Parts: sequence; C-alpha cells; structure tokens
Amino acid sequence: MNFDYTDDQKALKDEARKFLAACSPLTVVRGVLENPGQGHDPNLWARLIEQGWCGAAIPEAYGGLGMGYVELCALAEELGRAVSPVPFASSIYLFAEALLLAGSEEQKTELLPLVAAGELLGTLAVSEGPGVLTEATVAARVTGGKLTGVKVPVTDGVAADRAVVLAHGTSGLSLFLVDLAGPGVMREMVATIDPTRGAARITFAGAPAELLGADGEGLELLSRIQDRAAILIAFEQLGGADRALEMARDYALERYAFGRQIASFQAIKHKLADVFVKNEVARANAYYGAWALSCDAPELPLAAAAARVAASAAYWLASKENIQTHGGIGFTWEADCHLFFRRARHLALVLGASRDWKRRLADRLELRFDAEMAQGN
Amino acid sequence: MNFEDSAEEAAYRTKIRDWIAANAPDMSHLTPEERRPWQDKHKDVAGLWQATKADAGFGCISWPKAWGGAGGTAIEEAIFNQEEARAGLQFTYFMTGLHMLLPALLEHNKDALSLSLVPPAIRGDKIWCQLFSEPSSGSDSAGLRSAAVQDGADWVINGQKVWNSGAQIADYGMLIARTDPDVPKHKGLTAFWLDMKTPGVEVRPIKMMSGDNELNEVFLTDVRIPDAQRVGEVGGGWKVVISTLMNERAALGSGSGLSWRDIMQLAKQVASWEGTALDDPAFREWLADLYVDAEAIRLLSFRTLTSLSKGAAPGPEGSAGKLLWSGLAQNLSSQALDILDHGGLIDDPDLALMNGAFQHRFLWAPGLRLGGGTDEIMKNIIAERVLGMPGDVRVDKNVPFREIRRGR
Repeated sequence: MNFDYTDDQKALKDEARKFLAACSPLTVVRGVLENPGQGHDPNLWARLIEQGWCGAAIPEAYGGLGMGYVELCALAEELGRAVSPVPFASSIYLFAEALLLAGSEEQKTELLPLVAAGELLGTLAVSEGPGVLTEATVAARVTGGKLTGVKVPVTDGVAADRAVVLAHGTSGLSLFLVDLAGPGVMREMVATIDPTRGAARITFAGAPAELLGADGEGLELLSRIQDRAAILIAFEQLGGADRALEMARDYALERYAFGRQIASFQAIKHKLADVFVKNEVARANAYYGAWALSCDAPELPLAAAAARVAASAAYWLASKENIQTHGGIGFTWEADCHLFFRRARHLALVLGASRDWKRRLADRLELRFDAEMAQGN
Repeated sequence: MNFEDSAEEAAYRTKIRDWIAANAPDMSHLTPEERRPWQDKHKDVAGLWQATKADAGFGCISWPKAWGGAGGTAIEEAIFNQEEARAGLQFTYFMTGLHMLLPALLEHNKDALSLSLVPPAIRGDKIWCQLFSEPSSGSDSAGLRSAAVQDGADWVINGQKVWNSGAQIADYGMLIARTDPDVPKHKGLTAFWLDMKTPGVEVRPIKMMSGDNELNEVFLTDVRIPDAQRVGEVGGGWKVVISTLMNERAALGSGSGLSWRDIMQLAKQVASWEGTALDDPAFREWLADLYVDAEAIRLLSFRTLTSLSKGAAPGPEGSAGKLLWSGLAQNLSSQALDILDHGGLIDDPDLALMNGAFQHRFLWAPGLRLGGGTDEIMKNIIAERVLGMPGDVRVDKNVPFREIRRGR
C-alpha cells in the first residue's frame, strides 16, 4: 500500500517539469491560440519527441521505453500543468492504446515503433456532431474496405497521419485504421473553444480502411480505450487544476483591495479552499486510476470513470474560480486564465462529457455492488 | 502507487478477519433502537468488545509497547479498523481517549502516574472525554475562560465547558484552562487531566436535535487538581490542543458512517416511476458524484497512512478529508429521504426502511459539520496552512487576554 509516486517517478516528474518550464511556457500556448495552424506547436512537439516521451509506456518490443503507466501519468500531469499545446493525448493515450489493445501483431509491429519514435502521429475519430455517441448517431460505414462518412470534431485531425475510426462494419460498429494522407480523405480545421488543441472535420469518401480488432466489437473496444485514456487525461486535468489554483492563490497574494491582500479575505480563502478540496478528490481518484492502469486491475473501468468525473469537475471549478479571483483582468484576452478555462473544457469533452461518464460510473458501480452482494460481503 | 495489500498485509488481514469472526460480540438480541450509539446496551457491547480486543493485543495496535500498545504499524491498525467496520463493529466511545487525548498526554508527560492511565483505557474500563470548548469559545478555541489558579501544590479550577462528547459516561477528562490572563490568549493556557468524579465537577447532558445524548455541559466549581496532573508546561496548553486536534481531524476524516453501499441498498428497495430509485437517471448521476467523494475519503486516508508509515505526523491536509466526510453525510442522508419520498418522513426504527438509519443520520449531520472543527475553520486551515494565504485581520492578537472584547 503506497499512496504516492516512488522516488524514481518523482525524479522523472521533476525533470519533466523543468523541461516543460523551459520549452513550454504559457507564451507558447498563447502562440498557438493566436496562430492556430494545425492546432499545436510543432517545435515543442519536436522537442518532446527528441526527449523520447512518445515511447515512454510503449513496450520495448514495439520500439518504446516500456517504462510503465504510472510514469506516463507523471508526464501527463506535467503536460497538463503546462497546458502544453501538443498532440500527445491523441497519439499516445488514444492511438497507441487502441493499437495495444486491439491491434494484430502485424499492426502493432508496423505502427507502434513509428508512434514511439514520433514519426507517425495518430488520433481517434469517433464523433459525428452534436449529441452523445450511440450506435444510432454513427453514420460512417465501411463497405468493401472503403470508408464513407464525416467525423467532426477530430482533435489533431489535420496534423495526424493515421486515425482509428469508429464506423459500421459488416456486423455492427467496429474500429478501422485509416491513412489520413491516403486517397478519399478531405480535412479542414474547425474552430473550437480551445484552439491550442486543434480539431478537424474529416470527410471520408471511399478511403481505404483496415479493420482494427474484431468486426462488431467497436463500441466495446472504444470503451476500453477510453477508460485507459480517461485515467491519463485525468492527470492532465489534475496538473492543470493545480496550476490554476496556484495562479489564483498567487494573484490573491499580490493584489490589494480595501488596504489588504485580497488573499486575506475569507470570501477568497474559502473559495480557494473549496478548489483545493476538489483537486484532492481528483488527485485521490486519479492515483487510484493510475494504480489500476499500471496493473490492469479488474477495478480499472470503475476507477477510470471515477478519475474522469472527479478530474473534469476539479479542473472546471479551478479554472473558473481562477478567473473570478483575478477579477476583470481575468476575463481579458491578455491574461492567461482563459488558457486553462479553455483547456479544462476541451479535456472534459474530448472523451465524452461528464454526463456520459457518470452514467458509465453508475453502471459499473451497480455491477460491483451486485457482485459484492452475491459474494455475501 | 499501490492500493493493494502486500503479501504480509494480506496475511494480517486474513488473520484479523478470522479472529473477528470468532470473537465478535453478538448484537442480535438488541432492538434497532438499542443498536444506536449512546444507548446503554450498545455501550455495553462496545465495552465488552474493547476488552476482548485488548486481551488479544488489538487494543492499540500502533502504539509503542512503552505506552502499552502492541508496537504494530499504522497500516496494521488501519487494516484492523477496516475489518471491524466490515463486520459492523464501529464504536466511538474509546476514540477520544485512545486516538486523541492519551497520545497527546504521553507526548508531553513521561511520568509513571500518566503511564498508569493507559492500560485501563485500552481495555475500555476507563473512558476519556475532552474538556476544551466553552460557551464563549467555539471555533476560537484559545479564547476559553475557565481559570486555573495555583494554590500550593494544587490548581483550583472554575469555569464551564460545553460540547463534551461522552462526558456523561467518562471516567477521566483532559481539560484546558487559563493560567495567565495577562498574556495573549494562546500563551496563557495550561492542560490538565482529571478524574471526572473530582468534587466540583458537574456534568449536565445536552439533548441534541437528533434526540440523542452524546454531548454535555461540564461545570467546574472550585475543582482542585494536583500539579502532578498537569500535562506539559505551564502556559504550554495550546501545544497540547494542537496535537489533539490534528489527531482528531485525521481520525474524523477516515470516513465512518453510512456510505454509497448503504444508499444503493436503500435505492434498490424503493419504488420509482420505472423500476426502483436505483434505475432513476437523476439518482444515478447523483450517485456518481457521491461515489467520487466517498472514494476520495477512503483513498486520502491511505495517504495519511502512507505518511504515518514514513514517520510523519498528520498534516493540515487532513482537513480536506473532514470537510468531505461531514458534507457527504449530510448530502447522503438528505438524498435518502428524498428517494423515500413521503416515506422519508418516518423516523420510527421499527417502521422505517433500514431501521431509519438515514433519518437518524439526517438529524445528526448538521452536528458533523460543526464538531471537530467547523467547515469554516477547516477552510481557514486549508487556506492558511496548505495554500499559504494570510490569516484574517486579528484584533485579539498580541493583546493580553483580559483586554479582549467580549459579546454573548
């Protein structure tokens, strides 16, 4: 039993923080906000690749470093703190995890070393527009190995080389690998609430598509991929929420009103204490998720849903109260508060909204409850 | 990060689970009413259980042997507590003494008389209560007015205490009194322990809004205490208060009482528009939020354990656990009444579902947000001691106690 990072993991996390403090200051995030391009910072992304971050948790057999998931969580927490505008989540938490979970040996051998080396950028394309994702709201279809349909928004969809796409196959919803640089693919940037994590509308018109995992198991596989990504993204959310709280605290210490630091008013202290408690709830659930991910525990689905619900709530509270604590200046383009506010919402929507995850949580909790009852606990 | 028992811990857990199964007291003859805390028969069962534990060496698992403990680890003690809770054996009568007061006493006093107080407390033969709060000093705990005046080798105490949990059944108390009103308030306090049968000590029960009698007022009139019963230095009482309160918050944050399993069990039995309350999407969404908080309480207690096992004292972050726990109790009991609909009104243990546990908790919950440090004090502690924000403007700082303004 140990509720903490190990010393080695802490050292890795410290190094990552120093590295990002140097290479990924908020001016870099702002740079992308003002000139979105493909929705990330290519120079920063190149630096992360140089550092070997892409291969951190990919097994050595597939060209990665095989470090383990708690280490990847530590990196995610630091990327979240820095609000780094990079396609790490798309390529690593989603694309690489999809391959590891559902890929054939050939697919893994072909693609994972490229992902680990940063030579191939992957993403996941599921949504087709407003509303929750169900079998009925997916129109994309693969017939005779060709994909037709529209996916929007696809985070990193313009920059990515390959995508895992959810579409109807022969026997129901399935996952497919599609070369986004290949024929029958049209891509355009779409404006989003967080331009520092760009998204695309992708139109597939007979694009060659290769089955990933079994035909008809798309939703089940997607759910498992999203569970794993939810834990990793929870660490990005936690990092961002901690930083937003620190920003608010630091500003409240500097700002004077009515002849005293605004940090000395209980209205501000209690607000930030509430944020702290919410962040602690997020941290506790994220840590539990990291453990479940690191040993592929049977508790993983429930832990993932809890980590996501807690982290989404925490980052939302921290980012909006950071603006509130800053007062009017916090609402300006010039202040950095909105970088966190935008990212908080981006991360809370990118795997499906909290409403969706609360449903999953309750379903999984009921399963656990029934199992405990059956065992006579 | 590892949330599983090590092989050693798992073996210990199995041993404890078996031992509890073989030795647990039989509560089947108690009525639902009698099974509630502070009922005589409930207390008798608790005493029997504590003695059984003590005789088997499980009375105070993590205490050093020099104090009369088992010299075990904090993790072992936590495992024992978890297994007790699992078996439905959660008794709080001895907590004040064993988790808060005696550790503080032994931290400050090393003499034989102080040590002799320990074995009967571990066996549950002697119960302790805390005599800190006063009518005029609730959250402002250093503002207490009970005076201790030295008279030869004794101290003579006059004043009034309040909110004293368990004082009506306690054998001993730990008391903080003002020994110097001419210095700023934190500096003029001194701690003592006393026999609750000492002449001049009068306990008057307070009937709480739940109808229970846990809390009391304690009147102190010319109570004579020998100097040998002083805890720590003269003027060092605040230190004793702080070590006690930190232990209290760590203990309160560890999360006993009704939780998600209980309300799921209730929701499965209650009809809704379609199916049971557990099938209602609004309830399920609420349940998800509740679970996330409940898990945090459980997991944050592991963090406390992790730092305890590394030799660190419970820190101010324990306040987050206490806030979460008391908030959850109120949220959960209120939601339970809601899903019961009209049935939520029934507060008869023989009639209400699950023996009215939720109704009882509902009427208790406001007190949980007040006792052991109010929500507001917890937030101040987090803001000041965790986040490093400044204290409020203090008009009583560096002012001799007797010059501080008083109201009601």
